[in-house]
Amino acid sequence: MKKRKWASLKESAIRALFLTCGILAVLVLVGIFATLLTTAVPAFKEIHLSEFLLKKNWDPTSPEKAEYGILSMIVSTLMVTGGALLLAVPIGIGVAAYLSDVAHWRVREIVKPIVEILAGIPSVVVGFLGIVLFGPAIAKIFHIGNGLNAVNGSVLLAIMLLPTIISISEDSLNAVPQAYGEASLALGASQWQTLFRVKVPAALSGIIAACMLGMGRAIGETMTVLMATGNARAFPHGFLSSVRTMTANVAIELGEVPYDTTHYYALFAIGLVLFVMTFIVNLVADVILRKYQEREQ
Amino acid sequence: MSVETGIAKIETRDLDFYYGPSRALKRVNISCHTNRVTAIIGPSGCGKSTFIRSLNRMNEVVPGTRMEGTILLDGHDIHASDVDVVELRRRVGMVFQKPNPFPKSIFDNIAYGLRINGLKDKRKLENVVERSLRGAALWEEVKDRLGENAFALSGGQQQRLCIARALAVEPEVILFDEPCSAIDPIATAKIEDLIETLEKSYTVVIVTHNMQQAARVSDYTAFMMLGELVEFDVTEKIFTNPANKLTEEYITGRFG
Repeated sequence: MKKRKWASLKESAIRALFLTCGILAVLVLVGIFATLLTTAVPAFKEIHLSEFLLKKNWDPTSPEKAEYGILSMIVSTLMVTGGALLLAVPIGIGVAAYLSDVAHWRVREIVKPIVEILAGIPSVVVGFLGIVLFGPAIAKIFHIGNGLNAVNGSVLLAIMLLPTIISISEDSLNAVPQAYGEASLALGASQWQTLFRVKVPAALSGIIAACMLGMGRAIGETMTVLMATGNARAFPHGFLSSVRTMTANVAIELGEVPYDTTHYYALFAIGLVLFVMTFIVNLVADVILRKYQEREQ
Repeated sequence: MSVETGIAKIETRDLDFYYGPSRALKRVNISCHTNRVTAIIGPSGCGKSTFIRSLNRMNEVVPGTRMEGTILLDGHDIHASDVDVVELRRRVGMVFQKPNPFPKSIFDNIAYGLRINGLKDKRKLENVVERSLRGAALWEEVKDRLGENAFALSGGQQQRLCIARALAVEPEVILFDEPCSAIDPIATAKIEDLIETLEKSYTVVIVTHNMQQAARVSDYTAFMMLGELVEFDVTEKIFTNPANKLTEEYITGRFG
């Protein structure tokens, strides 16, 4: 009898412990969001929201008239992110398909851990490569004076995204039941047809999730783009322009800005916009995933 | 070993099969004839699935395996260098142990085998889908919901869908690898009826765990044990008057 009481006590103690952990995680998240929101909102006492989002000029320290338009930075962020996805998604899915279906299992056992280790390379190291290796190479290829531009940022971000996209896509291709592949082969389909008509569609939810995760990471990445894209404030004219992304701008200016000024609040407002963007990406990913899962059931 | 005279549709000669170092088939000689159902029975692990999967070279998908001996389809070696494995599998269709429809609509499941061959004409596809579903005795049950996901069907219906999918590419031989092991008795009865109908137009080979099933549907029965062919004869003889002591003990339920 006593033993049983002790067991139930232990049970509820464990329950309480996990409940606390769960609440703590939620509290921290809510806290971060609340801080971001309360620090960002005062910026809009002086800046009109439409002006903030739609004006191209960002010059908060101008002696004549401070300007707080972040459109150039939004466009820069989208360009660098979009370029990175354009490079990383096809290559990533190709590598994942190779590893899951074509490669000898010994090759896979070696290559996959290496790819996953790539995810651990610090972003400052990737940025360094951008400055000394990719930047000069891009300058040479396109015959321009300066290789620190949007293309450079996209290439570096693509390298950083590849491990995530490859690893998760490969997992979801491997999770496709073997029976699908067998059924397809037994009907006289070639390995290619089986891969692209049966396996990739069946793994699509996982592949989309991988790309969305990559996109979220690309939007938020700071150090690499800060080092590699040149950080010009002007509105970008193309992929060979030097660009300043939203993250890079916050990182550059937040250390120097006086507290409790409109400029300070505006930087937090940029953070809020970033938060909203990644939130939308995740939401869309979630909706897509749910649609596919419903269809498969 | 042949029970019937004339040229066999499929014939194996001294078929050996290895998974790494372990030998799964030992010099198996079986002939299967057109318009006949040949059943392979035997206890678990006797090599019957390995045998049937070597007839359409599906075992090649498994890494680390090796085959010796000869398999002839219409007298031609299926491992000859001029044989395209894709073409072979189109001629020798297969239905698997568990129903394995694709996560696509009923229509798309059946059209798959034709589409990979480049057929795009909607009318032709519709014709083949209907013919195949009728051939698998499933048309009446699904004709109003061809666009629905195949997973919405019951297990027995899914298995008949897989049969229809195999029929759509117009094979000459159909291999059944324990097709009823994952479905209920009523659905099993439907599939057995279906196999008897299919016999009229195809060469059928069926692996089964269920001796009654072999007795009901097949013309010839092969009894295998530990990778060896123990006895191969007319089904009636195997079940009423087996020549081998082991066969008798197995069919009377003394082991297995």
